[in-house]
Amino acid sequence: MAAPAATPPPLLEVEGVVVRFGGVVALAGVSFEVGHREIRGLIGPNGSGKTTLFNCISGLCRPAAGEIRFEGVALSRVPRHARARLGIGRTFQHTALFRSLTVRENVLAGAHPLAGSGFLANALRLGGRVRREEREAEETARRLLALLSLEAVADAPVGRLPFGTQKRVELARALAAGPKLLLLDEPAGGLNHEEVYRLARLLFRIRREFELSILLVEHHMHLVTSVSDRVVALDFGEKIADGTPEAVRAEPAVIRAYLGEGAAAHGDAA
Amino acid sequence: MSGPPIGSARASGAAGPDAPAASRQRRAIAFALLLAGAAVLIASAFLLSPFRLFQLTLAAGYAVAILGLNLVTGYNGQISLGHGAFYAAGAYTTAILMTHFDWPFWATLPVAGLASGALGYAVGFPALRLGGFYLALTTFSLAVAVPQILKHRAIEDWTGGVQGLFIAKPDPPAFLPIEADQWLYLTTLAISAALFLAAWNLVRGRIGRAMRAIRDHPVAAEAMGMDLAAVKTRTFAAGAALTGLAGALGAVAVEFVAPDSFTVMLSITLFVGMVVGGAASIGGAVVGGLFIVFVPNLAESISKAAPGAIYGVLLILLLFVLPGGAAGIGRLAVARLWRRDGGR
Ligand SMILES: Nc1ncnc2c1ncn2[C@@H]1O[C@H](COP(=O)(O)OP(=O)(O)OP(=O)(O)O)[C@@H](O)[C@H]1O
Ligand SMILES: [Mg+2]
Repeated sequence: MAAPAATPPPLLEVEGVVVRFGGVVALAGVSFEVGHREIRGLIGPNGSGKTTLFNCISGLCRPAAGEIRFEGVALSRVPRHARARLGIGRTFQHTALFRSLTVRENVLAGAHPLAGSGFLANALRLGGRVRREEREAEETARRLLALLSLEAVADAPVGRLPFGTQKRVELARALAAGPKLLLLDEPAGGLNHEEVYRLARLLFRIRREFELSILLVEHHMHLVTSVSDRVVALDFGEKIADGTPEAVRAEPAVIRAYLGEGAAAHGDAA
Repeated sequence: MSGPPIGSARASGAAGPDAPAASRQRRAIAFALLLAGAAVLIASAFLLSPFRLFQLTLAAGYAVAILGLNLVTGYNGQISLGHGAFYAAGAYTTAILMTHFDWPFWATLPVAGLASGALGYAVGFPALRLGGFYLALTTFSLAVAVPQILKHRAIEDWTGGVQGLFIAKPDPPAFLPIEADQWLYLTTLAISAALFLAAWNLVRGRIGRAMRAIRDHPVAAEAMGMDLAAVKTRTFAAGAALTGLAGALGAVAVEFVAPDSFTVMLSITLFVGMVVGGAASIGGAVVGGLFIVFVPNLAESISKAAPGAIYGVLLILLLFVLPGGAAGIGRLAVARLWRRDGGR
């Protein structure tokens, strides 16, 4: 007889998630897990469903079937805006910053779920609560701006910054709420070799200092294999491999998907 | 030691070690300017003609009304074409409480704010969920309906129907040797200042950031844990409450409320005032309030025959010269001055 599980559930469990857009099956029953303090790579050719999976986790998109659990909690019952407070932070593939806010204000906005004062408390500012919350948020922002070398542009409106800098602002903003799981959608997009190398070190450092897990979507294969503990590969919404970076890279289905020969074979399977 | 993270050149100390001192200096300057401004405004009570005082009193009220609209439209990005309805709600609440229940003016203010805030919540709650242009259309319809609702026979006993209601300015306290209009001007200034302070407090912190974040990128705002529906409806209710309070201030200033003072034109005028002052600007609302009181007068003094046309031309010229409204030019000036001294 199996004893009731004494071990805590994995941080994130994706179970048989299906998403369709009209006739397109973006995710066809994908399952995998992300462990505590794990860096989990998520790879796949363009259009294989990686961003759609992120959207399901952060709630922008509702699975037609399947369930996603975060620390054992079924996310289908958690409203979108409540997921940040649970500990899910994300960045966006094409960046989604608050354009007219400064870099610092963007990061402060990321700290929103850490505080709780409402309209009346903010308007009246009686007692010390709002001031204390603001001070704490400012301190968090200062630390993150330093970590991501954003101090020099801290008070610049974010809309005018180059893409690479905006990506770092997004990372700082996502970290501000102290997430347990960080969803990074192509953080290396637009970076050069040297910068990708620094990004890899930064991801390790973030995991260590923030004690979090990272689900990393990336086309830069070298980055994924060098930082990930385990990698999941998708193709046309199906999971085609799951394991260590070396094993996944050696998987014939993955090679086929990336070399493009897989299209015909996949058509048969589907 | 772990090396510097991605992105190179940590521009060493661009903020500078003198940043706190500079910000303290800036705060001192701002405080001094504020004090000087307050002194001038208070002195005006004893220097200006009763008519000019009346205009300034009215402008202070309109400034608060524009402030309420600005929270909604400027900061939160929701178009309201019917804020005049909340102004009317506040004005009538005060007038009814003063005429039918003999309440003193000051006591009607919280009720006027709550009533118009509640109306705002009731309108905003469903309309904001529908999104898009629904809010603009709902508020517009409300503004169009207001004069007819106020004239309706069923509530005529309360509203005074087409004739409206007359109310009297509050008397100054016996120990102050000033006229009623001076007293009203000073109290209106004080109340407006308190409301501006509250609005400024609201927008400079967590809630204000959420309001602007939602305006800029609702999808990202939600991923950052912001409850779109809650923030938007509460912002709308807060904006409606402010504009309602402004209506209460305006009602005693003109000592009269009537349905035809609250046509849809009022809503459009408030919108114009907001754009002229500058969207998403607290100080701009003051400029907007002054504009909508004084510029129509100016237009009339230029041409008795076609003041409307002159007003329109002045408005267009102004927006050509100041595309960001008064707040835009203000920010530019501050930035430039700042660069000259203390800046690098
Ligand atoms: N909102 C949407 N409406 C319709 N189809 C969509 C939508 N979002 C994604 N798709 C489709 O779903 C599939 C998966 O897209 P997704 O963006 O998840 O891919 P991806 O793996 O992130 O690709 P990339 O590497 O190019 O970012 C694609 O066929 C895409 O066209
Ligand atoms: Mg994608």
